[in-house]
Parts: sequence; structure tokens; C-alpha cells
Amino acid sequence: MKRDWLPLALVPALVLVALPLVGSLPTWVTLSVAGLAMGVMIFMMASGLTLVFGLMDVMNFAHGVFISVGAYAAVSVLLVLKGPMQAPSLAANLSALLPAVLAAMALAGLLGWFFERVVIRPVYGDHLRQILVTMGGLIVVEQLINVVWGPDMIPLSRPATLGGAFIVGEAAIERYRVLALVVGLAVFAAMWLVLARTKVGLLVRAGVESAEMVEALGYRVRRLFVAVFVAGSALAGLGGVMWALYQQAVTAQMGMQMMVLIFIVVIIGGLGSVGGCFIGALLVGLLANYAGFLAPKLALGSNILLMVLVLLWRPRGLYAVGKA
Amino acid sequence: MPEPLLSLSGVNTHIGQYHILQGVDLEVPRGGLTMLLGRNGAGKTTCLRTIMGMWRASAGRVAFDGTEVQDLRTPDIARLGVAYVPENMGIFAGLTVRENMLLAARGGAPEPKRLAWIYRLFPALEKFWNGLAGNLSGGQKQMLAIARAIIEPRKLLLVDEPTKGLAPAIIANMIEAFNELKRTDTTILVVEQNFHFARSLGDTVAVMDSGRIVHAGRMDALARDEALQTRLLGLSLEAHQ
Repeated sequence: MKRDWLPLALVPALVLVALPLVGSLPTWVTLSVAGLAMGVMIFMMASGLTLVFGLMDVMNFAHGVFISVGAYAAVSVLLVLKGPMQAPSLAANLSALLPAVLAAMALAGLLGWFFERVVIRPVYGDHLRQILVTMGGLIVVEQLINVVWGPDMIPLSRPATLGGAFIVGEAAIERYRVLALVVGLAVFAAMWLVLARTKVGLLVRAGVESAEMVEALGYRVRRLFVAVFVAGSALAGLGGVMWALYQQAVTAQMGMQMMVLIFIVVIIGGLGSVGGCFIGALLVGLLANYAGFLAPKLALGSNILLMVLVLLWRPRGLYAVGKA
Repeated sequence: MPEPLLSLSGVNTHIGQYHILQGVDLEVPRGGLTMLLGRNGAGKTTCLRTIMGMWRASAGRVAFDGTEVQDLRTPDIARLGVAYVPENMGIFAGLTVRENMLLAARGGAPEPKRLAWIYRLFPALEKFWNGLAGNLSGGQKQMLAIARAIIEPRKLLLVDEPTKGLAPAIIANMIEAFNELKRTDTTILVVEQNFHFARSLGDTVAVMDSGRIVHAGRMDALARDEALQTRLLGLSLEAHQ
């Protein structure tokens, strides 16, 4: 079976190329872990969008609000559970984090369901109107966040046991980044298992290529659309919590601010490809950190340059999904 | 006369501002292979897509096995026992041959005896079972598209131009495969432009022109009547013989 492994080699290649440029081994280790952690968090936020675009052919510019709403839902829970969050016990910290994450995913998923039914459904098949109504939806939800939680930034402390850093040799690796890496890899593994090993996953992968043909085989794609939209929104909510704890602050605009990177990742990966999205997110995270260290003024530009280079090499992204 | 498995009466279909099917009346007898012929743009593909519910009939009635289906959605029509092979074959290129087949088997894993029969019909599929469908040749893709449609017994098989772009040797294989299929209970409706292929397989035939059925009858009668062939099929007949 011919599989395309070449894009996978890009991540280790970038990490290795960065070593002589950074010059210092401990700094390189710190930057690499930070880049990978940032990458998996972007992946959590972007994976839903790529599936929604691939499966439903929907350009959802409002995807960022699921990130913001997820973060705010978590903040609401964490402010109530301040005690366990600041206790010097991992178990106590997790007993606060877990309900916060569940609340974030539930609220973002619920908002996703509402969006699919009310905002997206009337404009299936019409990209221009999709852009207009989802941008409109984004503005409305951002203003609602301001009404409910206030317009000011809310500071957010990390759990007591996840502050600080591990010292490995001379390299400092933030504990929270290790947690983000573990959670991100677990999310990717779970998504891979569902997509590769289950009938639902098979339907999603087939639906990304041709929803019409999946219907002709006797499956109701509409239900699949809703399930993927809700799951993608919930994942964006999870990404929002992780990102908020990473930034230690929450704002109504945080989701929208992430959308540039998310779009870059989705385009680099290939529209509809979860594997491509994962590799794209790691590349973007790593490059942002290396460029931020080596040439801070080029940090965001470096990712646009990466996108240009990838598209020159593979015009439909790292893993192009063949639309039938 | 036994009741036809599929019948269309007065079916009209609009695509945007275009009025494609303009009162189609068609009967597909049970257990046989019906060929739907006609020039490019006559409305043959639209006819199949209207039967499958992919394009809605704006007027008229489509009855399948005693059920009116013109208002049903595509998945519900498929679940009544209709399999569809589109003109572009509709295979999922990013999935393996095995995954394409698993997806089509709604009842669970394919039945081993049925699978063995399909392997006999299309040996290439067994060879490339775990390979990506997108890497198959054009003929192998067509074999996969048909195999997928028959992985479980279906009452009606709709196939749109199965010989399009295929080499003569592959077309000969297709004729063998369709002859084998005819020995099952499956009723088959094939849209075709290759008259040699159509003549080899068809029990009955309908010819479309400008969105209407302009001729229906026995295939052998049309095959004997060259004047009628020329009148009904014109240049497209010569081009594909």
C-alpha cells in the first residue's frame, strides 16, 4: 500500500535544522517543547474546523467563538473552585480542572449545535453567505460574552502543581507545556482511533471526499454533519481552556486572534485532513517559537512564509483530500 | 405482464433554470437488464439522479417496488434496496478497497460467500484489497464501484456509463460481469452510449431525447432495426460502435 510519509518527516527535519541555528542545546530543548505544546493546542482548536470544512464544505469564520466560549465557561468553573485550584495537590487541582474542561466542551458543543441549526444550515452550499453569516455570528457571540462576563480581560492562574518547570540538564521545561503536550497527543490519538478504526470514522473520511456518495450508500449524512460540528466545537472549547491557561488570561477576542494561525494550519494540512492538520499545527507551533527566539519581528510572518512554501510544494496542502 | 420494479410517470426535473426531464415515462421490468440510451445531454444521468433522489422531481411520480419515492431522501431510497454507480464511479480514493466495500455493506461485515463471488467477478479487487482505491487503474475503479454496489443483495442496480473511458479488454470483462449479475435476481438499469455494449447485455431498452423517452421496447428488436437505430441514436451510435 502506497502511503505518503514525506510530510511526516517535516517535523523532525524542522527540529533538527533549528538546533544549529539556536546554538544552545538547553534553549533548543525548551523552544522545541514549547513549540510542540503550542502546536498540539492549535491542533485541538483547528481539527474541528478542518473536518467541518472537508465534510460539510462550510467556511466557518465563527469557529473562534467556540474557543472563547470554552475558555469563559472554564473560567466560570475555576473561579468557583479557586480553593482546589490553588491547593498544592495534583488530585485537588485535577478535581477543579476536570469539571472546568467538561463545562468548556459542553458549552462550546451546545453553541456549535445551535450554530449548525440556526446559522449554518440555511446557507449550506453558498460560501459567500457562509462567510457573511458566520462573521456576523462571531461578532454577536463576542458581544454576548462582553455582556455576560464583562469586557475586561480576566486573569487566570494555572493550578498550583502545574506552575513552574522541570529542569532537565540545563533546560527548563514548563510543567504546563508537558501537560498540554500529553492532552494534545491524547486527543490526536483518540481522533485517529475513531477515524481509522470505527465505522463512524469511516463515514466521516468518506463524507469528506463525497457526502453525496455516502448518502447514495444509504447513510444519513445530515446527522453526521451535526455530530461532527458539535464534536469540532467541543474540541475548540477544550483548546480554548488549554490556551487560556497557557496565556493565563481570557478575553472575548482570544478565539478570533487564534483564527489566523488556525486557518494557516488548516490550509497547510489540506482541507479536511486531520493528519495534515496535526502536522501543520506542529510545524506552525515550532516555527513560531524558533522564529520568536531567532527573529522576533518575523514570528507571524514566518508562518505565512511556511504556508507559501508548503503550497508551492503541494498546492492542496500536505495531505490533499480528494473531493469526488 | 408482471408489475415493473421501477416506473416513472410524467417525471419533470429542473436544475436551476434548466428544465432537463420533460415528462419521462419509463418502466423497468423486474429481473432484467434495461438499457437507457440517448445522445449526450438527452437527460439520462439526470434520470438516474432523479430516481436516487439526488435531484428532486418537480412533477411526476417515481414508484419503486410499490412505494412512491419521489419525495424520499437519497439514503432512504438506497435503504429500500437501490444501489447506484455514478458516471464518475464515486469511489472514495483516500480509503482502501476494503474500506470502500465495508462502507457499502450496511449490514455489517460482508458475507464471505458473497465476497468470494465478487472476487471471482473482479479478481483485481482481491489483489489490491488493502491498497488505496485512488491508486487503482480506471478499469479497476469501475470494478470496485460495481462490486461496492452489489456487496449486499439489492433489488435495483443503477449504473451510469460503466464503459466510459475503458479499454476494449476491460469492457469485455464488464460484459462478463454484467452477464453474471443478470443470473441473480437483481434488476439492472444501465445508462450507456456504447451501443455494442448495450446490445450485448440489454433485455429491454429505452431511448431518451431532449428529456423524454422517445422509444421503449425489446433490445433485440432495436438491434435488428438499423434504420430505427440511426433515427434514434444518430451520430452517437456511429461514434461508439
